[in-house]
Amino acid sequence: MSAMNMIQAINSALDTMMQRDDSVVVFGEDVGYFGGVFRCTAGLQKKYGHHRVFDSPISEAGIMGTAIGMGVYGLRPVAEIQFADYIYPAFDQLVSEAARLRYRSGGEFHAPLTVRAPSGGGIFGGQTHSQSPESIFTHVCGLKTVVPSNPYDAKGLLIAAIEDDDPVVFFEPKRIYNGPFDGHHDRPLTPWAKHPMGEVPDDYYRIPLGKAAIVRPGRRITVLSYGTMVHVCLAAVAEAGIDAEVIDLRSLLPLDLDTIVESVSKTGRCIVVHEATRTCGFGAELVAVVQEHCFWCLEAPIERVTGWDTPYPHALEWAYFPGPARVIKALQRTLEA
Amino acid sequence: MSQLPLSLHIPEPKARPGQVPDFSGVPLSAAGAVPRPAIDSDESVLRRYPYELIRVLDDAHNAVGDWAPTLDTDHLLRGLRAMLLTRTYDERMVRLQRQGKTSFYMKCTGEEAVAVAQAMALDSGDMLFPSYRQQGLLIARDHSLLDMMCQVLNNRRDRLKGRQLPVMYSSRASNFFSISGNLGTQFPQAVGWAMASAIRGDTRIAAAWVGDGTTAEGDFHHALTFASVYQAPVLLNVVNNQWAISSFQGIAGGERATFAARALGFGIPGLRVDGNDFLAVHAVTRWAAERARRNLGPTLIELVTYRAAPHSTSDDPSAYRPQAEAAQWPLGDPIERLKQHLIATGHWTEQQHDALASELDDLVKTTLKEAESHGLLGTSEHDPDSMFEDVFKEVPPHLLRQRQQMREG
Repeated sequence: MSAMNMIQAINSALDTMMQRDDSVVVFGEDVGYFGGVFRCTAGLQKKYGHHRVFDSPISEAGIMGTAIGMGVYGLRPVAEIQFADYIYPAFDQLVSEAARLRYRSGGEFHAPLTVRAPSGGGIFGGQTHSQSPESIFTHVCGLKTVVPSNPYDAKGLLIAAIEDDDPVVFFEPKRIYNGPFDGHHDRPLTPWAKHPMGEVPDDYYRIPLGKAAIVRPGRRITVLSYGTMVHVCLAAVAEAGIDAEVIDLRSLLPLDLDTIVESVSKTGRCIVVHEATRTCGFGAELVAVVQEHCFWCLEAPIERVTGWDTPYPHALEWAYFPGPARVIKALQRTLEA
Repeated sequence: MSQLPLSLHIPEPKARPGQVPDFSGVPLSAAGAVPRPAIDSDESVLRRYPYELIRVLDDAHNAVGDWAPTLDTDHLLRGLRAMLLTRTYDERMVRLQRQGKTSFYMKCTGEEAVAVAQAMALDSGDMLFPSYRQQGLLIARDHSLLDMMCQVLNNRRDRLKGRQLPVMYSSRASNFFSISGNLGTQFPQAVGWAMASAIRGDTRIAAAWVGDGTTAEGDFHHALTFASVYQAPVLLNVVNNQWAISSFQGIAGGERATFAARALGFGIPGLRVDGNDFLAVHAVTRWAAERARRNLGPTLIELVTYRAAPHSTSDDPSAYRPQAEAAQWPLGDPIERLKQHLIATGHWTEQQHDALASELDDLVKTTLKEAESHGLLGTSEHDPDSMFEDVFKEVPPHLLRQRQQMREG
């Protein structure tokens, strides 16, 4: 066990998998010699050589297209997209190719690739360093979508993603790379070293995809969230003194429906919280499945606390970011309904 | 300062329906005129090649010049047979579509030498990333015709389980990558496959095909960049058949420079070859394959040919190009040219050719009968449950629930 932040945990997952499986290769813009703009691949090229860890041209479609070809050959590529905001040029390769390859070839070909991309806001990243595009990928049949919320999960989930024979899009909320962020931007950052989930095994372990974590058990209301917003929700629940059950979905697709249904059936109330914009965001799917599966248990309408339906603004960061105050209001409205 | 109004240039083909075909804009070289450079030639030596046309067979059907390959007669006869089989197969499949037994088909008439000669110049372990118009690759690799027909019919025996549009073949056994409807995506994928082969210290190489129209897609450029940067062992082929559905190759950017010339800016050799000359296509492919195998990097090959058939069974070329264009194409017909070469060298006769044509016709008819016995599109339901398989390796819970809902109706 070592104290690790998210960056170190991701680095450790890559290191662990490269050690275990010589078909794992890591590449992307600035990931090689320099070790990544967020340091997630630091030291890997020196340890595993240029054939296993290398820099790529600035071409997301090229990164994705070649990663698919490597996967078809029999490698297990882990490609990095520097920011989730820049994944769109690779969209055709992800949606039309990676996601469909196994299906369209009757199971003959597949590409077991993992796409890592830092995502989310709360860092004054403006329009193109803050987006949370996960729902664009959960809508694509054939892709798995994962968002960790702490170092322990980040390593275990990334190992599971790399080992998975299906293509996995792995979004890393960059706001919590160095410490959990509860939305109180005016307070000093707490480092992961002071958080129990910052204790990470040095060796191999995995957290299965498709399994949510109940990060705070409760009886009165269910809070569904993932990524940075898990910490915001925990802070909001604590500050409002509400006996809420907070669920970190971890994996959006496949989704852990059982854990969600069990919780909402117990509490009868539910709110959904994410940073991404609202309309057709992943929250819409969560609201729909809760409505379908828990309709007769519900005692209040399901609320969504999300980013506004606008591009991510720079100067208005904290009016945009769904902080604890907005979550508390939604909790109270839902409890009083 | 000029005050004249600007005007936008919209490229137009030289001839439209009712007009006389005009191929004066296609740069040609005489057979044998272009020398064969050394495999390890420096890029600077190769800069002229995108603007010339490598040809072996001359008008008298002789193989001339440096590029004349030393192929034995058996090899040439195998090539002739595979090209003729490809054309026979295409003709029969179009009839099948016209009979309403399947929904769609795409012929490669006039382009048979591209796929057949290239497949024969590569090793069976080399990975092919085709577009939808290289059925000759499968035929040259002796892939089962029955298997191909069952895919076109989407019947019970279709290995792709009725999921793919006809002609979107896939065969791991023949190292023929799954065809996608999205144009050009296979180009960077082939580069990635080749990079993987190099990462692993393997000896196999990759080859990919796109048409002239697809060179305008971003993936064409991504592939060239990655192939150049990593010196990937890959052959990047542009089949310039002059037409992208109804758009002539000028709309793809062919008016100002050849497609082979795209390679120059990437520091990749770009060779331009007579795509209807089996011997030239074979020799150029061999050259590029040897270069790749010796770790000397990728090659871009432009295969100059003509799409003699409609784009697909849903297309009517008489609406956008002269009827007689195919007949006027200066590089002729690939099957006819190889046939005449074999006759000229005393290895083949008209009688033998007729006998082969009739043998292949019988083969295709008999095989099709067997294929139809496994059902036609729409008359041989696949197990609906299979719709939910292969989306992921394991069927996840949400698809199990949807499968159950489908069963319950």
